[in-house]
Amino acid sequence: MDVILLQLLNGLDKGGAYALIALGLTLTFGTLGIVNFAHGALFMLGAFCAVTLKSLLNLQMVVLDPIKKTAWGTPLEIKTPYVEKWFGEFGSVLLEYSVPLSILLAIPIMLLIGVAIERGLIKHFYKRPHADQILVTFGLAIVMQEIVKSIFGANPIPQPAPEIFAGSADVGAWFGMNAGAVVYPWWRMVYLGFSAIIIAGVFSFLQFTTFGMVVRAGMADRETVGLMGIDIDRRFTIVFGLAAIVAGMAGVMYTPILSPDYHMGMDFLVLSFVVVVVGGMGSLPGAVAAGFLLGILQSFASLNEVKNIFPGIDQIIIYLVAVVTLLVRPRGLMGRKGVMES
Amino acid sequence: MKKLSVNRRTVLKGSTAAGVALSMPTFFHSKAYAANFTNAPTGSSVTLGFNVPQTGAYADEGGDELRAYKLAVKHINGEGDGGMLNTIKPLSLKGNGILGKKVAYVTGDTQTKSDAARASAKRMIEKDGALMITGGSSSGVAVAVQGLCQEAGVIFMAGLTHSNDTTGKDKKRNGFRHFFNAYMSGAALAPVLEKSYGKDRNAYHLTADYTWGWTQEESIKNSTEAIGWNTVNAVRTPLGAGDFSQYITPVLNSGADVLILNHYGKDMINSLTQAVQFGLRDKVVNGKDFTIVVPLYSRLMAQGAGKNVKGIYGSTNWHWSLQDAGSKAFVKSFGQEYGFPPSQAAHTCYVQTIMYADACERAGTFNPCGVVESLEGHKFDGAGNGATEYRADDHQCFKDVLVVKGNENPTSQFDILEVVEVTPRSQVEYDPKIFGGNLGACNAGKA
Repeated sequence: MDVILLQLLNGLDKGGAYALIALGLTLTFGTLGIVNFAHGALFMLGAFCAVTLKSLLNLQMVVLDPIKKTAWGTPLEIKTPYVEKWFGEFGSVLLEYSVPLSILLAIPIMLLIGVAIERGLIKHFYKRPHADQILVTFGLAIVMQEIVKSIFGANPIPQPAPEIFAGSADVGAWFGMNAGAVVYPWWRMVYLGFSAIIIAGVFSFLQFTTFGMVVRAGMADRETVGLMGIDIDRRFTIVFGLAAIVAGMAGVMYTPILSPDYHMGMDFLVLSFVVVVVGGMGSLPGAVAAGFLLGILQSFASLNEVKNIFPGIDQIIIYLVAVVTLLVRPRGLMGRKGVMES
Repeated sequence: MKKLSVNRRTVLKGSTAAGVALSMPTFFHSKAYAANFTNAPTGSSVTLGFNVPQTGAYADEGGDELRAYKLAVKHINGEGDGGMLNTIKPLSLKGNGILGKKVAYVTGDTQTKSDAARASAKRMIEKDGALMITGGSSSGVAVAVQGLCQEAGVIFMAGLTHSNDTTGKDKKRNGFRHFFNAYMSGAALAPVLEKSYGKDRNAYHLTADYTWGWTQEESIKNSTEAIGWNTVNAVRTPLGAGDFSQYITPVLNSGADVLILNHYGKDMINSLTQAVQFGLRDKVVNGKDFTIVVPLYSRLMAQGAGKNVKGIYGSTNWHWSLQDAGSKAFVKSFGQEYGFPPSQAAHTCYVQTIMYADACERAGTFNPCGVVESLEGHKFDGAGNGATEYRADDHQCFKDVLVVKGNENPTSQFDILEVVEVTPRSQVEYDPKIFGGNLGACNAGKA
């Protein structure tokens, strides 16, 4: 029972990350018809917003020690972060909470990056074949990751969660199980809750606002919305920016789980495309459902008991599910007729 | 007056005498080698090929290797403060290059991919005329490039490669390794683990699913089982898995009280960070405090795991905090040149370059077969690891191995590991036959 509960939590947590990335991918595909292979890089850029903010907050005043020397003979440097020098305790709190605070930095930056990419590059490829879109966005992803690598290096950079969320919760005890039977990291539960809030927020935005209504109408019939005098292109640009923000925020909050490096976006990209395909191209609920489904399946496939029967299943399970889904339901779990079928 | 007569017999006698006279130098002087070998230098300089990861996941480690190579070239050419040239004994280098020729270098990018590494090594040998290839941050790359160098007839001085296979089943006559290996890690770590955690332990291995991971798992299992530990399970994880949560959660209730992470680089950073997040270090199992072991540490990589490395045991080839004369000289040269201390990758690459140059100098030739003969069984000291020997049987260097622990109270961003024991060479030595393989014959290639 404890093993099942643990893997369920793992799956939900993993699924939350897949769902957030796949949500943005589906949003851009559903509105703009663009197959955006740079979406994983947007996730990575979000993560590096957290790295950037921490680096800025950690800018240090350097004083040379008059007595002590380094091992190579130069004076030892005594470093104190400026924020701690200027703001004392409050400065330390800012440093401690740099990851959640990075969301405030990531939102405007990711919006700017998203709009710049859409206006500067993607819009020229609306009427081009999907193969061209894939090539250009994949190239863009490589450019973005090489820029990040040249600035931040290739090694992962640790971003610890605030101390209050650093440990693990005794989840088993909440359900009347033995103490210590099911422990789960607090931050992973924070991430799961965060994913649920963002997903609910995006759905509410599209469902309950006029802007969202127009976007949904545009997704269904772009030409007719345009003929009604609505500047649907401008709205779609904003949607691209919104997708970038979602990916960026997902990246920011994931940094305490996975120390960010320049390649982290690529690691998620392929999985996210599988999620989108399984969920159904252009279907937002499909992307979310498939994200959680595949996350959970991947976790259970990693159980030693399962691997003893099917060796290596943990590494192929999501692709196996994708194949079966496409054979049984060629449009994916919740795919719409006519999307990517021309 | 006697008349000089030249007949057929006189000509034959003369020819034989002349032949014997001409063959005298090589007959009496075994170290004279032919000049027709691959990339035999003709000008006033010799070119070495530094094949390191400049892109990809190990680019930072590759960058540090390259810094060390440049420093070694500087010192060999008589520039700078000389670094370890002042401490290594015996040493034949005179600070005027190698055999009077200035050292130049070309670089290649391995990308930590075997095919890319072979392609860049091939380019450096065939196009740039590199006499020796060195570098790398992966055993897969080392084995691939070593094979290529053997075929091409140039020397390969391995960089950071820890798999037993490099000087085991895949060893080659033209290849040499200064870095230690997985067997040595196990042999050095086991006694320290026994002293710290006792004999009655249950270990759970998470292992990167490729050649290095397999050999390390095998070596660490053998060493820990020899001290009485029980191996509960050994689970293979895909390389670059990122999120290891689904592999860590089964550990929680497996009955294991030790988690051994046979991971390196990004995998090590992520699996260790996540294991700590799952509360493994705070857990008590079988009445004992749960513990984590990282058999192969890299200071550059450990930086990525932040404070999660605190108190965790592992092994390393060398560490900048060592206080012997060789280490101090190298740290001083490197630190003054670049502003931070060198990594173990930088150290092994620096030493390999110096030792190659010295071998040429001692052999009196650049001919790879002369260099091989000069390096085989060569003993030296003053390079940071105590008395060291390139064992002739497998071209593996034998020297002291460091057992380290994540520093509880680091004083700087570089002060991540503390040396807890210097394991003597005798404790990590093994019979070369146990890993199989055959060195084969030396290949000098062709002009």
